[in-house]
Amino acid sequence: MPKRYYAFFTLPTAIAFAISFVIPFIFGIYLSFTKFTTVTDSEWVGFQNYVRAFADDRNFINAGIFTIKFAVVSVILINVMAFTLAYLLTRKIQGRNILRTVFFMPNLIGGIVLGYVWLLLINGILVNFGVDITYDPRYGFWGLVVVTNWQMAGYMMVIYIAAILAIPTEILEAAKIDGANAWQALSRITIPLMMPAFTICTFLTVSNSFKLFDQNLSLTAGAPGRQTAMLALDIFYTFYGQNGYEGVGQAKAVMFFLFVSAVVLLQLRVTRSRETEI
Amino acid sequence: METTNRSRNTILTVALSALAILYLIPLFLVLMNSFKGRFFISDAPFALPDSKTWVGLQNYISGIAKTGLPLAFGYSLFITVFSVAAIVFFTSMTAWCITRVRSRVSSAFYYLLVFSMIVPFQMVMFTMSKVANVLHLDNPVGIIVLYLGFGAGLSVFIFSGFIKSIPLEIEEAATIDGCNPIQTFFLVVFPILRPIYITVSILNTMWIWNDYLLPYLVIGSNYRTIPIAVQYLQGGYGSKDMGAMMAMLVLAIIPIVIFYLFSQKYIIEGVVAGAIKG
Repeated sequence: MPKRYYAFFTLPTAIAFAISFVIPFIFGIYLSFTKFTTVTDSEWVGFQNYVRAFADDRNFINAGIFTIKFAVVSVILINVMAFTLAYLLTRKIQGRNILRTVFFMPNLIGGIVLGYVWLLLINGILVNFGVDITYDPRYGFWGLVVVTNWQMAGYMMVIYIAAILAIPTEILEAAKIDGANAWQALSRITIPLMMPAFTICTFLTVSNSFKLFDQNLSLTAGAPGRQTAMLALDIFYTFYGQNGYEGVGQAKAVMFFLFVSAVVLLQLRVTRSRETEI
Repeated sequence: METTNRSRNTILTVALSALAILYLIPLFLVLMNSFKGRFFISDAPFALPDSKTWVGLQNYISGIAKTGLPLAFGYSLFITVFSVAAIVFFTSMTAWCITRVRSRVSSAFYYLLVFSMIVPFQMVMFTMSKVANVLHLDNPVGIIVLYLGFGAGLSVFIFSGFIKSIPLEIEEAATIDGCNPIQTFFLVVFPILRPIYITVSILNTMWIWNDYLLPYLVIGSNYRTIPIAVQYLQGGYGSKDMGAMMAMLVLAIIPIVIFYLFSQKYIIEGVVAGAIKG
């Protein structure tokens, strides 16, 4: 391809990408080392913001612990549930298409709307005990787990179903002839051959759980206090809710980015190494 | 053997159907409460509406008056349709160019795009909204540029993965027949990519339609999309109108459900194809 065509094909995307990502990203790293309120008044302060993110209050640490706990619990639950549904819904069951349709649907509804839908149900149950979801951070925690499970399990189920259907039936038939029972076929053949699907599903659930924001905002908004605010929401509050903390918010955002990248890369390395080829 | 299998499948069908109903309960609960008076919702969400609590469409009328939801629907639709169109059009061109031209610049650009997928939005939210402000992108047209930039990572990634599998000979034949790269792309590559256009469109539609934080920060004070309108109802403390909230949740969900029922096949195929390439 002659060089003069490069610009035609890449420039629109490149410009938009520079405006929305590259420039803000570099600018964001710079600002995390400065004190600012309106960007034009930024003043170099070195690592002060990074220190203040931990030293001024415990919000960031608490949010980090809450996020990790949440991510561990929901990644496991979502994938176990999604895989179970996929396994059952690839058998000869009546109405399985309708069932798949129902389980997938919540995924299309946005996090803000979903949060309020569930808030009605959860508070409706808790009102019998004279409290609501903001009474105890544990309620918010499990509320968030339930909501994200309800939302994401169907999506992962669809990916697992595709992976199960892609396994050649001859292999399973051969195993059956050799005397393998259902459990052996599942654990020795189906699951090992589905490792790429596990890689992608854990990738999606890990990164979605760590970055969760909308559901957190609508379901608990961090209440009580900021005890149920996850990292993304904590950073949002630091930026827009605390005067004079813009630099700290940006420093938190940089650390959040580094943390999420490290977790995601580690996860990819671990699950990729378990993939097998036929 | 056959009969035990069949009866086992019947039990499974019943159990899974029960789970499916459980899945839908939160949505029915919201629908039911949207017809009840605003003070009869929080305390007894599970009670069916009766002659005392039934208010007909009053919640819908007051909710629309408070949030301007029809206008929000218009903004959401406009932004989603044109952003998705821009994304699939420009990123497919970019993906083709950087996949076919093997150079250091093109692979650096590719990896930068892939890298942007892991970066949490909070990392760039503040600086990006400042940049958008300076460049006058803080309106429903300008935001399309931002979505093109943020959507470029995943979309180029998926397109590239597919383009790699297209035999180079097809394009070489077109070149020999006298096509320049622009003609080759639009007359030869574009038709082959058709199924991937559907995949990329669906993944981006699901994201942009439900996106809250980006439009909230960039255009939220002047133009409300649906998630912003719903969150807006949450409003100040104590003033929350539960009736209007229920009605708006119903109105926010209905278009999604209708869209889903009509294009279910493409949506599920899109999710699977996106996951496999991802």
